[in-house]
Amino acid sequence: MNFLGKLSWDAVPLHEPIIMGTSAVVVLAIVFILGWIVLKGYLPYLWREWITSVDHKRIGVMYIVLALLMLLRGFADGIMMRSQQAVAAGGAQGYLPPEHFDQIFSAHGTIMIFFVAMPLVIGLMNFAVPLQLGVRDVAFPTLNSVSFWLTASGVLLTNISLAVGEFSKAGWVAYPPLSGLQFSPGVGVDYYLWALQISGIGTLLSGINFVTTILKMRAPGMGLMHMPVFCWTALASNLLIVAAFPVLTVTFAMLLLDRYLDFHFFTIDAGGNPMMYVNLFWVWGHPEVYILVLPAFGIYSEVSATFSGKPLFGYRSMVAATMTISILAYTVWLHHFFTMGASANINAFFGVMSMIIAVPTGVKIFNWLFTMYGGRVRFTVPVLWTIGFMVTFVLGGLTGVLLAVPPIDFQMHNSLFLVAHFHHVIIPGVVFGAFAGYHYWFPKAFGFTLDERWGRRSFWCWFIGFHLAFMPLYVVGLMGMTRRMQHYDNLDWQPWLMVAGIGAVVILAGIVCQVVQLVVSIRDREQNRDLTGDPWNGRTLEWSTASPPPAWNFAVLPYAAETDTFWNRKQRARGKRDERAQEREYDPIEMPKNSPTGFVTAFFAVVTGFALIWHIWWMAGLGAFGALVTFLVFAFRHEDEIEIPAEQIARFDRAHPVGVVI
Amino acid sequence: MRSCVLAVFLMSVAILGGCSEGVLDPKGPIASAERQILFNSTGIMLAIVIPTILATLGVAYWFRSSNSRARYLPDFEYSGRLELLVWSIPIMTVILVGGVAWVGSHDLDPRKPIASMVKPVTVQVVSLDWKWLFIYPDQGIASVNQLTVPVGTPVSFELTSSGVMNSFWVPQLGGQIYTMAGMTTRLHLQADHAGTYRGAAANYSGAGFADMRFNVDAVPAEKFALWVDAARNAGPVLDAQAYADLAKPSKAVTPFTYRSVAPDLFNGILSSGMQADAASRHTHQPSQEVQK
Amino acid sequence: MNFAPTIEAVHHGALLSASEAGPAPKRLVVAYGFWIFLLSDIVMFAAFFAGYAVLVRATAGGPTGAELFDQTNVAIETACLLASSFTCGLMSLAANTRNRVRTYFFALVTFVLGAAILALEIREFGDMIAIGATPHRSAFLSAFFALVGCHGLHVAAGLVWLVVMMAQIATRGFRPAVERRLLCFSLFWHALDIIWVGLFTVVYLMGVSP
Repeated sequence: MNFLGKLSWDAVPLHEPIIMGTSAVVVLAIVFILGWIVLKGYLPYLWREWITSVDHKRIGVMYIVLALLMLLRGFADGIMMRSQQAVAAGGAQGYLPPEHFDQIFSAHGTIMIFFVAMPLVIGLMNFAVPLQLGVRDVAFPTLNSVSFWLTASGVLLTNISLAVGEFSKAGWVAYPPLSGLQFSPGVGVDYYLWALQISGIGTLLSGINFVTTILKMRAPGMGLMHMPVFCWTALASNLLIVAAFPVLTVTFAMLLLDRYLDFHFFTIDAGGNPMMYVNLFWVWGHPEVYILVLPAFGIYSEVSATFSGKPLFGYRSMVAATMTISILAYTVWLHHFFTMGASANINAFFGVMSMIIAVPTGVKIFNWLFTMYGGRVRFTVPVLWTIGFMVTFVLGGLTGVLLAVPPIDFQMHNSLFLVAHFHHVIIPGVVFGAFAGYHYWFPKAFGFTLDERWGRRSFWCWFIGFHLAFMPLYVVGLMGMTRRMQHYDNLDWQPWLMVAGIGAVVILAGIVCQVVQLVVSIRDREQNRDLTGDPWNGRTLEWSTASPPPAWNFAVLPYAAETDTFWNRKQRARGKRDERAQEREYDPIEMPKNSPTGFVTAFFAVVTGFALIWHIWWMAGLGAFGALVTFLVFAFRHEDEIEIPAEQIARFDRAHPVGVVI
Repeated sequence: MRSCVLAVFLMSVAILGGCSEGVLDPKGPIASAERQILFNSTGIMLAIVIPTILATLGVAYWFRSSNSRARYLPDFEYSGRLELLVWSIPIMTVILVGGVAWVGSHDLDPRKPIASMVKPVTVQVVSLDWKWLFIYPDQGIASVNQLTVPVGTPVSFELTSSGVMNSFWVPQLGGQIYTMAGMTTRLHLQADHAGTYRGAAANYSGAGFADMRFNVDAVPAEKFALWVDAARNAGPVLDAQAYADLAKPSKAVTPFTYRSVAPDLFNGILSSGMQADAASRHTHQPSQEVQK
Repeated sequence: MNFAPTIEAVHHGALLSASEAGPAPKRLVVAYGFWIFLLSDIVMFAAFFAGYAVLVRATAGGPTGAELFDQTNVAIETACLLASSFTCGLMSLAANTRNRVRTYFFALVTFVLGAAILALEIREFGDMIAIGATPHRSAFLSAFFALVGCHGLHVAAGLVWLVVMMAQIATRGFRPAVERRLLCFSLFWHALDIIWVGLFTVVYLMGVSP
């Protein structure tokens, strides 16, 4: 047996200029940034304050940074696909050969779902949920850090596949038998599987952490029906994670057993059943859609209420709709494969169930509408994203209900119409929501607001670019173009795909505007300082503490026995003499200690994953052993909390006066 | 807001543009019925969706903070009547569309034979890497990447796959169905007009996927008989050996026909799918060689 | 103005419901979180069970469950597991009274019983593999080995955990953190019992019924 398993110099695609060029740029950028950090002496700071941090706010920020970086990678894949399809018509083959194109669309889907959308929503939940609940951290802070770093491990493995070996060519859903050893003998599918197994464990742990946090750790007085709607949607989303991700883990475990130990779960011989994979995958896959979109709905609720200066319309309806969606999410998975040949009754049942989900979703749209009704709507960037979402999403929902009608799905399944549909719900539904949340909570995280002008530019580029890029895909889908075509012979499709390519360029302009926005905002941070902790005239508890909040979030846990506690306090305080100078009593606070456990675990996870992908068994054993030792060291730690003295808290509070003390 | 107009514009262009070919230009009863359901469902939902979009834009604009004429209602957070309305509007829409879906699923069940006076033609379909094999068991012939059917005659398909899952789709004749190794799916289609229609492999199946397409020639009955006769007199014989050769991965295969087909070949393919030999594992080369 | 004291004063008299009482004590939070983990673990087993149910008839001409399963072996395993749950309960009681010797003793009994299950399971696997009933033979056997093997992995993890817990009691004594972990361990061990009951019924009892 080879010392390095299947790994050799042949695994590095030296003959591929595109891949090598990209890898070289990425590696150089990483070396440059690391070098800069080390030379400037920031490494200890980074280690102390970020890498080993168990503070939910820091972890949330790191999730979002990770997601935005991966958005660039996923978008690069996307724009390559669009440009390939814009040129590869008739006899032309474009510039991407099939084995490259097939990796690109597989990577695009995988990255966008698992490493962009998931970290975006989990990052925003991490940042905002404990603040909104009025508590000091999540239930298990160190576990939270482990979750983040495991996600980062999955990201790292996926990106290593760019330069060492290959990524999966079986699409982001990796249906067997194509993804089985017989038809995909290379390491691509193994990269896909191990990257997602590792990050999936991180996500599951996150889900457990947040369900516990939301159900067991709320500020005094805050009953469930007093929680901000974002916390409700986070609860629903995390319950879905807890109940859905284990199924994905099992599905991938079965495929791994097939590929590594010659099992027969999904093979076409020895009685294996590839269709079982398809079922199990979507038993996870459909709830996953709601895992992503429900927190975004929560953000839209917060944004529409805050910027309309009104409470959310129909709070109870919203809660009911959220929980209904999360239950119905488990009853619709078969609509992803109506064309498998199930009986008419089964197809009809799942079709109707899928449509029923449109009811609570529709209710939400109307409730946001009535939230704005009678309000004083301030057209800030988050509101633009919200309104952009509402008008776009209803059309995406419309095409979704169309696809839920089995006879229509027979025609549109696997076509670009389908591709247009799910981008039409996920981009406005999840990405716009995450961007709204990013703009909305940015001042809370960093103490200064983002530039509105560049934010608006970015919104309009995204909004117009989105329609240019995806409306034509509906057309070519109706014209009979299937998805995942490396080239095609029908010249009638080409003009539409060119428009779609232009749309992708406009979206690129939107991304550039966001980068500029960040740079400009950091440059002008002194003008845009948020000194009150409440830049938007907010309603929920996160605005009642300083921006950025201290590590302990709240010097004294707030008492919040109503919805919109903070807003109501501000209303009652209005017109009265400001007596907040009055000294309050401070008690010392116990805070969890920073821990390198997450980072070290992730390091060993990457080692193990990489070794398993390349069949380097000794290294896999070493990695697993390292992870076990890390765990034991953590289990035998002496103390995990530090006490923050009352004087330090008092000093911080004096330095950061807020409008109303709760 | 401009983009919204653009979106609606694009949608309407989509409907016009699609008319020359594809789903919106059906040439058979199944595709026509499926298009009708598409139109009906879209119509029902647009009746709600368009007013919602307009109301969203209207409300957001009117209640902008700079509009002093708009009434500020800071306590407007609940109204039983409105709640009833917001739940009942989507429920009624879904009842309508759900009815369409339920009836449509049963009427257009791919397994259901098409009611017709004409005796149906049976075609057995096998998706291979990366081409389509069509066996005409009653005529005793077979063709690759070329499907010829008589106009006005129901065609009864039995479908399977040699290995990787695929999906058989002729947009102008009607909806697709998966092909899966070791399993048979059923589909019934009919062409009412003579012509050549595109057929697609709709489910991604690996490196040669983009070239895996075929044409459907719908011809009058007498021309179909002529085609069958011509096929019987030319081309190779499709027996187990010829099938094994055909099953080897190849891209962009030029259409051809088989003079005769070994009896029960289709069932043989079905059961061989259950025990695919390990040899084919090495016929799918990875993009780069990895050292053992 | 600082409103908090006044409002709190109003509410302090009233009995706060548990959901409005503020963050729960750490012991509750940890146990609750572990419950959620166990639920996710049960969902994981549910997926393996579903896979087994789909593939149970897919023997591909190979041996069926009725031909393979040895009821005596399984009966002994079940007895060991149920007994180990009982001794695990006794260990918790001993830990509650902070009685080290009894805790160690019952932990040892639990460990031995758990190890016995694992040994029997490994022997069963070994016997099956020896007669050619390997996971490669058929989809049914793949599903069987994965489902039962997953339970076995859990038992093995539990045994490691138990050893670590004893080491923690020895070095750290009955500190709150150690007690919380012991509580989680016993939850875990009982959950494995519940899963075994499902496994015993679905795989072994229904497997041999005609």
